[in-house]
Amino acid sequence: MLSESDLIRYERQIMLDGIGIKGQEKLKFSKVLIAGIGGLGSPAAYYLAAAGVGTIGLADFDEVSLSNLNRQILHRTSDVGRLKVDSAAEKLSLLNPNVKINKHNIKLTAGNIADEVKDYDVIIDAADNFETRFLINDSCYFLQKPVVEGAVCGFEGILMTIVPGKTPCYRCLYPDLPKGEPFKGIIGMTAGMIGSLQAFEAVKLLLGIGEPLLGRLLIFDGLNASFRVIDWSKKRNCPFCGENAIVKNSAEI
Amino acid sequence: MVAKINGKEENIANGTSLLSLLELKSVNPDFVVIEYNYEIPEREKWGEIFINDGDNIEIVKFMGGG
Repeated sequence: MLSESDLIRYERQIMLDGIGIKGQEKLKFSKVLIAGIGGLGSPAAYYLAAAGVGTIGLADFDEVSLSNLNRQILHRTSDVGRLKVDSAAEKLSLLNPNVKINKHNIKLTAGNIADEVKDYDVIIDAADNFETRFLINDSCYFLQKPVVEGAVCGFEGILMTIVPGKTPCYRCLYPDLPKGEPFKGIIGMTAGMIGSLQAFEAVKLLLGIGEPLLGRLLIFDGLNASFRVIDWSKKRNCPFCGENAIVKNSAEI
Repeated sequence: MVAKINGKEENIANGTSLLSLLELKSVNPDFVVIEYNYEIPEREKWGEIFINDGDNIEIVKFMGGG
């Protein structure tokens, strides 16, 4: 049930077709885990809290550093040295005290990830490295958890929504870890765009509205001010979801 | 011949493979994946796949930053 203050807080979205009181109640009982509370996780978490997603999990083991602040907008200069989950939870609770924030101050590993994601409806992958992205996607594939996969580099970003069994998996796009050190340059607005869109995809999945990016890949190029959406199909010989999948469970990863 | 590369039609010389296309564009093959006519060929095959008129090619960068 929505409270009287809920009805006021969310009135501008309750008036939308596809949300309404019913949708708002659905959001209130929804649980989203955000893996990585950095450039992508900050806007994603803030918008989900603002929208009234009832439970938001924050997974990050890192502390805020000064060089994070050009893009990680949940954290402030005075937060440098604090745990990101603490800094983020504080801002989110100030924005919307009705949202339950679960702090997962741990490094996600093959040993703990199943436990960390099991209670959530949707996982937002906002990690800052490929190892964690593979871990999240591989595990969620076998746990049948939808993942909103977003990533950024420089002035560009990509976004796709992965629903196990229904869409291509992450390994269809990236079968293996890339070689070499990834480029670390990034301007905050790129992360702001993709992080906001990740929150948007999560809301669409939770409410069953619109057309999530299923089997489609959105590519954002900030310098060109362009968005391109391309169809992305399952890889026939994908080791995870292909015709002769060789990886059958998460223990084999 | 004309192929669509990342949404734009481009003139491509006969006998251009996916791998040589990357070379022409000064793209390091280690940092991208390729979708060729809506399928995702193995990286090892990129040198053997020659671009035909009307092909659709997407070169997607590895992006993993957050």
